[in-house]
Amino acid sequence: MASVPTSARVVVIGAGIVGNSLVYHLARLGWRDIVQIDKGPLPNPGGSTGHASNFIFPVDHSREITDLTLDSVRQYQEMGVFTQSGGFEVARTEERMEELRRRMSSAKAWGIESELVTPEQVVEKVPFLDADRIVGAFWTPTVGVVDSLRAGTIMRERALELGVLTVVPTVEVTGLDTEDGPTGPTVKRVRTTGGDIEAETVVIACGVWSPKIGDMAGISIPLTPAVHQMISVGPCPQLAEREGEISFPIVRDMDTFCYERQHGADMEVGSYAHRAILHEPEEIPSIEQAKLSPTEMPFTSEDFDPQLEQAFELMPELLGAEGAEIRYAINGLLSLTCDGSPILGESEVKNLWTASAVWVKEGPGVGRAVAEWMTHGESEIDVSASDIARFYPHQMRREHTRLRTTESFIKTYGIVHPSEQYESDRDQRLAPMHDSEVKLGARFFEAVGWERPQWYESNADLLDVYGEAVMPREHEWDSRWWSPIVNAEHLRMRESAGVIDLTAFAIFDVTGPGALDAVQRTCVAQCDVAVGRVIYTPVLDHKGGFRSDLTVMRLGEEHFRVVTGGAHGMADKKWFADQLPGDGSARLSDVTDEISTIGLWGPRARDILGSLTSEDVSHEGFGFLTCREIALRTGGGREVSVLASRISYVGELGWELYVPMGQAAAVWDALLEAGAPHGARPVGIGVYATTGRIEKGYRAFGYELDGERTIMEAGMARPKVKKADFVGKEAYLQQRDGAQSSSGPKTVLCTLSVDDHTSASGVKRYMLGGEPILTRDGATLTDGHGHHPYVTTAGSAPSLGKHLLMAYLPPEEARVGNELAVSYMEELYPVTVAAADATPLFDPSNDRIKG
Amino acid sequence: MANPSTGSGRRVLVCIKRVPDLGGEISLTADGMSVDDSNLGHTVSPHEEAAVELAIQTAKDTGGEATVLTLGSSDAVEQLRNALALGCTGAVLVEADASAYGPADVAAAIADVVREHERAGTTYDLVLLGNDASDTGDFQVGIRLSYLLDRPVVAGVSTLGVSGDRVTARGQSPDGGTEIYEVPLPAVLTVMEGGVEPRYPSIPGRMKAKKIKIEEIAPSGEPAGSGRVRLTLPPAQPSQVTVLGEGPEAAGAVVDLLEKLGVTR
Repeated sequence: MASVPTSARVVVIGAGIVGNSLVYHLARLGWRDIVQIDKGPLPNPGGSTGHASNFIFPVDHSREITDLTLDSVRQYQEMGVFTQSGGFEVARTEERMEELRRRMSSAKAWGIESELVTPEQVVEKVPFLDADRIVGAFWTPTVGVVDSLRAGTIMRERALELGVLTVVPTVEVTGLDTEDGPTGPTVKRVRTTGGDIEAETVVIACGVWSPKIGDMAGISIPLTPAVHQMISVGPCPQLAEREGEISFPIVRDMDTFCYERQHGADMEVGSYAHRAILHEPEEIPSIEQAKLSPTEMPFTSEDFDPQLEQAFELMPELLGAEGAEIRYAINGLLSLTCDGSPILGESEVKNLWTASAVWVKEGPGVGRAVAEWMTHGESEIDVSASDIARFYPHQMRREHTRLRTTESFIKTYGIVHPSEQYESDRDQRLAPMHDSEVKLGARFFEAVGWERPQWYESNADLLDVYGEAVMPREHEWDSRWWSPIVNAEHLRMRESAGVIDLTAFAIFDVTGPGALDAVQRTCVAQCDVAVGRVIYTPVLDHKGGFRSDLTVMRLGEEHFRVVTGGAHGMADKKWFADQLPGDGSARLSDVTDEISTIGLWGPRARDILGSLTSEDVSHEGFGFLTCREIALRTGGGREVSVLASRISYVGELGWELYVPMGQAAAVWDALLEAGAPHGARPVGIGVYATTGRIEKGYRAFGYELDGERTIMEAGMARPKVKKADFVGKEAYLQQRDGAQSSSGPKTVLCTLSVDDHTSASGVKRYMLGGEPILTRDGATLTDGHGHHPYVTTAGSAPSLGKHLLMAYLPPEEARVGNELAVSYMEELYPVTVAAADATPLFDPSNDRIKG
Repeated sequence: MANPSTGSGRRVLVCIKRVPDLGGEISLTADGMSVDDSNLGHTVSPHEEAAVELAIQTAKDTGGEATVLTLGSSDAVEQLRNALALGCTGAVLVEADASAYGPADVAAAIADVVREHERAGTTYDLVLLGNDASDTGDFQVGIRLSYLLDRPVVAGVSTLGVSGDRVTARGQSPDGGTEIYEVPLPAVLTVMEGGVEPRYPSIPGRMKAKKIKIEEIAPSGEPAGSGRVRLTLPPAQPSQVTVLGEGPEAAGAVVDLLEKLGVTR
């Protein structure tokens, strides 16, 4: 029986592609006393890496995944384990061709060489493919295959050579001990079949077993082991006559959700077309019980039979060749999550990290990013969409993961609209005014479990009122998950007022004698302000990239309330909690489930609010960026005390009203009733998150703002920097200095307007986001980071009668009036830079908001 | 396909049993009556894989047909389809709870099918079975079947050849030599693995298999049962590890071992 060291600076559990990358990068970054354990033998301990198909298509619609993939490819290349084969994503239908055109947008945006090709061009390189079955393809020359087991060995050996790593295979983790401290539990010890290890830091990189290991420390790692079926057919004479592992491009048969990948004389056919076959981590057989490896489960042939026929259709001569037999067939296990992103970062248990739900194509990139994160507090590549801190309690349920992955598995190769909504496990969090919203015909979109009205069908009458000003969209794709009612609601808000359900906000209070210091340290803006002031502030990481942007209200000398978007709320909460002093002098309490937020904005907002309260809500009596408790009259004459904050994300006079959950429905009803005579309407998130915001040039975290962007690049610098220290201050000061020098920022966030929407077919097209910005004649632009501009947000600006795009441009292109183009579905549309900084295109002097 | 016009096409019935596809460690169900297969896939024994291969080859060589039969639950259709994908052209499922059937019951059920098919005009020249099932290992069904059908039986057959109305069956004798038996058709043979290399299915084979209708038969009469009290696991064998050498010097020893195991060609 193997035995383990009795202590370690860091224990990495798992020797798959992720664990191996991680120990290498930790060693490279100066970590010492690293212990890596796995329950299986090396080099293939039996996890998902061991049976991976090992091919990499770099283009993904997600920038984060693409960047991690590109970084991984660079690492595989450097290790000499990458073989470039090229790859086709073939289309059998015109609908798929349109998706491939959209894929071209992502390829151009992320700077990956790709082109659309004809069936004949495919057959030139893949002569055994039946050209009559396809209508075209997406060709990426840099597609290739890797030897992920060899890569793992190389990375382990590099760390061993540095003398900082001890690797112990064939020991199984039996427990993770934690100890309670003032700021919550901290990991202490890893118990194994080979002895206990006292550990300062532990990383769970156990792939499909991660949830089981996480449970040992009381944390949820919400992934599910899921089957991906794969067979290997051969020997195929067409393949056998070529040297080496791979000499033909890999083919992804997108419409049948299958791929064909040469492996020597065999053709591997893999499928994502079968029913979702999910397993529980506890039910995966042990190494001893398994016939092959634990993650190579028994093949269930009936699930694969339809794909067999489809693959045969595409390559009949190859797959039907004399002597070509199905020599290997598995139900291979891989990891899936509720939102498709990996699960990375530090858990609720201090110093207990996870790097899970990662595929071979992202493995080394994730290893590097997590190692940097563990070392510096952030990674070069922004991985916030994969942060384990993102999950709300309802998302940590295994049932949620099971239902969502069952729904999403079949979309692995699917055509997924950027606004597409999940159907399963909905109605997890309902706002107090939900019943009213249902009656108003709300079209609900989900935001971290909350059902949020995107628009209200009851406002359809406004379409006639505003006519063509609602900017209707004629193309089905552009108008899918969208309604011109959004724009009608927008116009009504600007004309009268809108009432918006913002219950999905995450809200937490920081209190105690150390509260001011904690908030000051976390936020860029000056937070040492008078009680009753409202602060909008960026939150930075140590290297000066965005962690968030949010508002803070000072409710008392020792009481701050932080309000942030629901999508990033849990990660923000962890970030604030991490900044709290260790002496317990400040406390963080989550009040999200106690407080509903209702927005009231528009030129009549003051009249409406004034009709419900005897408080002075005049400009003099209730100034911009102030907040206070006011009493509102609701139905039956009941008074409700609400916290009103004069602030706006839509550029109008108005308030955010923070209402106790139990009274929010009554306040909602009262506002609608009081607003009706003024023409006010309930308004959906379509206005709040897109149209109202883009007209005002407001930036949004996750779109314009992320860890790779700076305040200077986003054009959000204030004239002064506060004296007090804050996270990222040093970096921010350097960024400011750099921006003032001749070099300036490396990229500049701009707002562009689309000059002409007419496509070649005459149909007017409306971009949805993610499209590349090019020169007027279609040439590539590159900013100072080497990145290519792409649309971070696209949306209607109904008050301007324009469709607006936001994008980071090379500084020399960031000039108002500069004429460029946007590529959408492989056609160029002329655009013009309308703002080269944060200046709003609507109401540039902000008269309305300050009115 | 059969070639009735020549009269030489031989009809072969091959009998298989769905069993758990075992890894290294075997565990039993709580009642000790069977192998716990909850985490396992299913297969047929290596002997039966060889029997299926011989059945298909014989059918092909003589222009005849191979039919596969199993007694088991509807789950065993998976094993029938696999045999069809390899080249059998007919399949029979005697739908029953296999665990309630002893070797005599199984033999009787197969005999019923053989007689029934004979009445319907299909006479099986050969009935092939595995020498023994990999889960229960009773070694009885073939012999009992031959007795019930009043046909000659040869056990432990590795290869066979049909010539005229006789079959030549070869197998290894217990002392290591080769035994050759020539018996008249129709006959029953129980097959040992090792004489032929079972093929894997092809994609066209699997596609064809999907379209073949499986004959489902309800068994007549109540099974007497196996009389099995329960299964027990033998004590775990300590694993024997021999280090052949380290580094490049080990290569020669590895090659020798591979040759000894017969996995090199």
